Order: sequence, then structure tokens, then C-alpha cells
Amino acid sequence: MSTLLKKITIPALALLLSSMAFADQPGGTYQFDKKGAHQFVTFKISHLGYSWLYGRFNDFNGTFTVDAENPENSQVTATIQTASVDSNHAERDKHLRGDDFLDVDEYPTATFKSTSIEKTGEKTAKITGDFTLHGVTKPVTLDAKLIGYGDDPWGGYRMGLEASTTLTLADFGITKNLGPASETVEIIISVEGIKQ
Amino acid sequence: MKLRNDPQRFGAIALLFHWLVALAVIGLFALGFYMVDLGYYDPWYREGPDLHRSIGILLFIAMLLRLAWRFISPPPAPLPTHKPWERISAHLTHWALYLLLFVAMISGYLISSADGSSVDVFNWFAVPSVSGHQTGLEDTAGLIHYWATWAVIGLAGLHALAAVKHHLFDRDDTLRRILGLAPRATTHIPNDTHNLS
Repeated sequence: MSTLLKKITIPALALLLSSMAFADQPGGTYQFDKKGAHQFVTFKISHLGYSWLYGRFNDFNGTFTVDAENPENSQVTATIQTASVDSNHAERDKHLRGDDFLDVDEYPTATFKSTSIEKTGEKTAKITGDFTLHGVTKPVTLDAKLIGYGDDPWGGYRMGLEASTTLTLADFGITKNLGPASETVEIIISVEGIKQ
Repeated sequence: MKLRNDPQRFGAIALLFHWLVALAVIGLFALGFYMVDLGYYDPWYREGPDLHRSIGILLFIAMLLRLAWRFISPPPAPLPTHKPWERISAHLTHWALYLLLFVAMISGYLISSADGSSVDVFNWFAVPSVSGHQTGLEDTAGLIHYWATWAVIGLAGLHALAAVKHHLFDRDDTLRRILGLAPRATTHIPNDTHNLS
């Protein structure tokens, strides 16, 4: 290889490599993979204290912005369409959408907007934000875990998070008595974001 | 009493259908109204809807048989004293009641079977879902069920008031006929003997 060629190719290669390295950085804004349905909002509530009832919200969307240098400056927002509640039982779902519970005609969306993030470990953080459900906004802290991130096989870049929290239904004005074991509900949000 | 209707009187089968359906419809409406507000720990929380669905399906079968019977043995003619507007409005009310009852029963069934599950009738038999799982069908069917059942009760109330009006004000046999009673004795008009003498 001639010296001239070396002079051109080596910096070019270096530039290419550095740009690839840059693309490998997790920092940036991610859109939930709604279309590919790599996202789940699941809830879990006790039935009579004897078993767990699981349900989910099928329609929601959101974004998160990752600050790789300073993770505590990251942000996440999500909007859930409450009418998409699905517990695999039409009569129960109809009841959940009614005014005993979600009252979806009056409150069609539930939203979460982070206000602060506190890193608690290598891959864990506490995400605090304003959660609005049933027309009531309260600060809520999610225990979040970074599941993984990196290139996907189709030219994109993805990051997956899972976060959970336990809500007291009455705090959000949902006061229908389901028994003493069923006053709280655990919400588990598992999402994959595609870097924009 | 004969089983079949004749041109003047209702037969036993039509009377039985009429009053059984009336009882079931009023009972289902009251039960439906009551059961949706029951607390989760109320013993009727499960019993109420089970009963409501079971009776609803049986009512549907009864209504099909009733309609079939109506064609086999047509109801008696309107009383000759009924005015044309009364005949027309009575017919419209009767057919609207039939229609609304079917809308109410079918929409109710669609709520319970919107996730593809069957509807149990007293642990006796089950009606499979015809819709299969349809996202959101329970909400649409629920709205239709709510308004159709209110309309049935409203029209049935009007229908009953009309019968009372015929009985008390027109003093005809409309109500007696559907109660299976014999026509009133022809009212005796005393002769004015003075003018005849």
C-alpha cells in the first residue's frame, strides 16, 4: 500500500470507526416500540387475598430521553388510553371502564411524566414523576431497571427498561371496595424504545 | 278456555306467553337495575348476574316460540269500539315491544360473550359466543342494552296505561280479554217507562 493511500485511508477508517462508536452510545431519545408491540403495561391486584389477577393496557405510547453522561438528567413520559384495559373477561373489562373504576368516558388517559431520576445501582434507578389517573395527579416513584441496549439486527438501536410501582387505588379516587387485600395495585411497565 | 286464540278471545297459550313474558321482563329489569350496584362482597354479586343471564336466554327462546304461536294462531281482532288511532298506536306499540325486546336480549348476550366465552343457563346448558373475541364489543352492546331495556320498560308502561284507560274510561273489554276474563255483561239501560206509557 502506498504512503499516499495510507494517508487517506487511515484517517477515513478512523473517522468511520469513531462514528460507529458514537452510534453505539446509548444517549439519545427513544420512542416506545408501539408498532412492534415490544411494550407492556401490566397490572396485578389481589383477588380476595387468595390469588393474583393480572391485566394490561393495550394502547399506550411514550418516549424516554437518555443522558448517557449524566443519567439523572434522563426523562420519560408515557400516555395510556384507559379504555384499552384488558383482563381477558369482557364483563369485567366493561366494569373496569365504568364509573366504579377507571371511568374512561370522563378520564380517557392516564399519564406519567418524570420529574427526577435517582440512580441506585449500575442498572437500577428510582424514577419519580407525576402520575395522573382518574383525573388525580400524584407523585409516584417507579423502581426501574435497565434490561439491555444496543444495535438491533435491522439497523436500529434499542434500549429496554422495566419499571414497577404500587398504587393505592383510593389515592386516585377509585374507592370501590374490593376487600382489604385489594386496596393496592402493582403496575409493571416493560418497554423497548427505538432510538430516534 | 281454549288453547288457541279465536276471533273474539285470547286462548290459554297466548295468555300464558303474555303474562310470563311480562313477569320476566319486569323481573329482569329490576334485577339488572339492582345487581349493577351491588358491593363486591354481596352474596348476590355473582348470583344476580347468573340469574339475569339465564332468565334472559330462556326469555329469548320463549319469545321465539311466542312469535311462532302468533303466526299459527293469530290474536283476536281489535274490539269494534276501538278507534282507528287506537288500533294503529296499539299495533305500533306491540311490534315495537317485540323489536326492542329482541334488541335488549341480543345486546345483553353480546356483552357477556364479547370475549368469546359462552353464556351459562342455570348450569343446564350453555350458549356459545357467536361474535368470538371482539375488542370493545361489550361497551357498544352495553350501551344498546341500557337504552333498549329502558325503552322496553317505558313502552310497556304506556301499553299498561292504555289497557287501564280502556278499562276505566272506555269501559270496554280490552283489559278483561288479556286477563282471560269473560266480556262484561251488556250494560242494562233501564227503559223510561213514563214515556212508553
